[in-house]
Amino acid sequence: MDPILTKYVREPNCFTLDFYLEHQGYEALRKALAMKPEDVVEIVKASGLRGRGGAGFPTGMKWQFVDRKSEKPRYIACNADESEPGTFKDHLLMERNPHLLIEGCAIACYAIGAKVAYIYIRGEFLHVQGVLEAAIADAYARGFLGRNVLGSGFDCDVFMHRGAGAYEAGEETALLESLEGKRAQPRNKPPFPAVVGLYNAPTAVNNVETLCNVPLVVLNGAEWFAKLGPEKNGGPKLYCVSGHVKRPGVYEAPMNVTLRELVEGHGGGVRDGRRLKAVIPGGSSVPILLPDQLDTQASFDGIQKAGSLLGSAGIVALDDTTCMVWLALNLLHFYRHESCGKCTPCREGTDWLYKILYKIEHGQGQMRDLDLLSAISANIAGKTLCAFGDAAVTPVVTTLQHFRHEYESHITEGRCTLPADWRARHPVGAH
Amino acid sequence: MTFHPPMAYGATFHKSSRQLEDEGPPFVYTAEHRARFDEIVKRYPSDRRRSAVLPALYLVQYQQGYITANAIRYVAGLLEMTPADVEDVVSFYTMFYTRPVGKFVLQVCRTLSCALNGAERVTEALQEKLGIHPGETDATKTFTLLEVECLGACDRAPVVMVNDAWHEWRSVDAITSLNRIRQDRRGGSDSY
Repeated sequence: MDPILTKYVREPNCFTLDFYLEHQGYEALRKALAMKPEDVVEIVKASGLRGRGGAGFPTGMKWQFVDRKSEKPRYIACNADESEPGTFKDHLLMERNPHLLIEGCAIACYAIGAKVAYIYIRGEFLHVQGVLEAAIADAYARGFLGRNVLGSGFDCDVFMHRGAGAYEAGEETALLESLEGKRAQPRNKPPFPAVVGLYNAPTAVNNVETLCNVPLVVLNGAEWFAKLGPEKNGGPKLYCVSGHVKRPGVYEAPMNVTLRELVEGHGGGVRDGRRLKAVIPGGSSVPILLPDQLDTQASFDGIQKAGSLLGSAGIVALDDTTCMVWLALNLLHFYRHESCGKCTPCREGTDWLYKILYKIEHGQGQMRDLDLLSAISANIAGKTLCAFGDAAVTPVVTTLQHFRHEYESHITEGRCTLPADWRARHPVGAH
Repeated sequence: MTFHPPMAYGATFHKSSRQLEDEGPPFVYTAEHRARFDEIVKRYPSDRRRSAVLPALYLVQYQQGYITANAIRYVAGLLEMTPADVEDVVSFYTMFYTRPVGKFVLQVCRTLSCALNGAERVTEALQEKLGIHPGETDATKTFTLLEVECLGACDRAPVVMVNDAWHEWRSVDAITSLNRIRQDRRGGSDSY
């Protein structure tokens, strides 16, 4: 299949409005405005478009849940706070195809009856923000945004909101808190944002890639979209391949692609002639898969069947020189730093996990520490307001499950037991 | 070796360490920043001015390099918040500095994909070249070195963010790279 979302990313002026208009730009918006809002929701529902941010929740259903009886204004919040380790697809879309996102925001606003969409962009993406702001200004100038869009009587504003460095702001309720000018800490659910969201008004929070798919659905129809890829996993998908591969990057494919095609085909396979040891299929928060599971279909359902999650499709390949204790230590350093501090199990637990892993990795561990790791993990998972707790313990639980012998050899030998080659390439202190 | 591992940037930059901000000199926005602020605040409903606190703090940081107690009180006054509410926000987000930083802030990503590609070697090379540890600024106030968590550019690993721009760090030859940064600094920081 030819790429759809990323078809023109290599064209030098693909981010300009003129280029976009030459390639069916804003035709989907025109088409949507001629329909009833409920019909737009229906067509998105029929397409089976699933949220690309991580959970894979059907977008049409999310829009349908937005409370229409409320007298408050409704909002679209676009989640562009892409911070999951291993994920780097959204900034590509925003940088090279900003009008697709703006069109998606406008259609989403029309569908749920909102007048304002906020794009919450990650603070580190300043260069992307410049491109998007220019694109928004162009869209206003040509009447695709603002008052009376395309003469339909529909008003729509799209604003940028820049975050300031918080992984937790990628969680939908934490994103809304941050948008309201507070710390990015999650809210209790229910009520869900569809009922009580931004400024206590009904809000739909959608990922960048999800909203970019909306114009495609409206323009080409639900059936066309659903047919790209396996059942219930329709549409084009962006995969981020990184780690020990020859050609790291963003690759677009329908979801009937397998992990092997992504890692060995698109990614060029493991570099330096090494052997693949494990794959993280969906960003740092999901369980790892082993090389014999590489033929798994990289769809939401396919990967779930294999015992992991597609998440944000951040695929990290690990070669046989990767120490799994070190991997868990590295990721727990991340989670310990990014825990927002609201729920005690996560705030304290990630710190404990990190300290114990540090001890084991540096040869000071004891066998009973392994049970302690499991016990702490069990006391974090499912006991926090948001999914961060479950995400944070996953690297520990999954490496303990598949590579317990590595933990044990660290403890019995009192040192990291990697092949000599790895230590030669990584000569200093950490190992 | 002690049980407790060191957190390299814990002392100065970790959000959990409660520190009072410097008083700093008296603070008001320049006319240009004030105009930009007025424009931004219009994006939010009039009874929700607080939403503009992040952009307002970015403007402070672009004006004087870091955020002081005087600036916090000024922003609080503009947005009808209490200074404690503003400080609450400042202390949570990692991109706000409450201490002066060098002209170039080198932020080395240390999370998985970059670490697999030798981010530690990059930090070591920079440490050696600049003679400072992560979290510190060199004597000439030119470079600040920080280790940060995932920057969202794993395909370019190892990645170093210099102020607002990403730099791929394919080679750990820090000397060439630093000279390149000194010479061609991309983009101004006048966006908020």
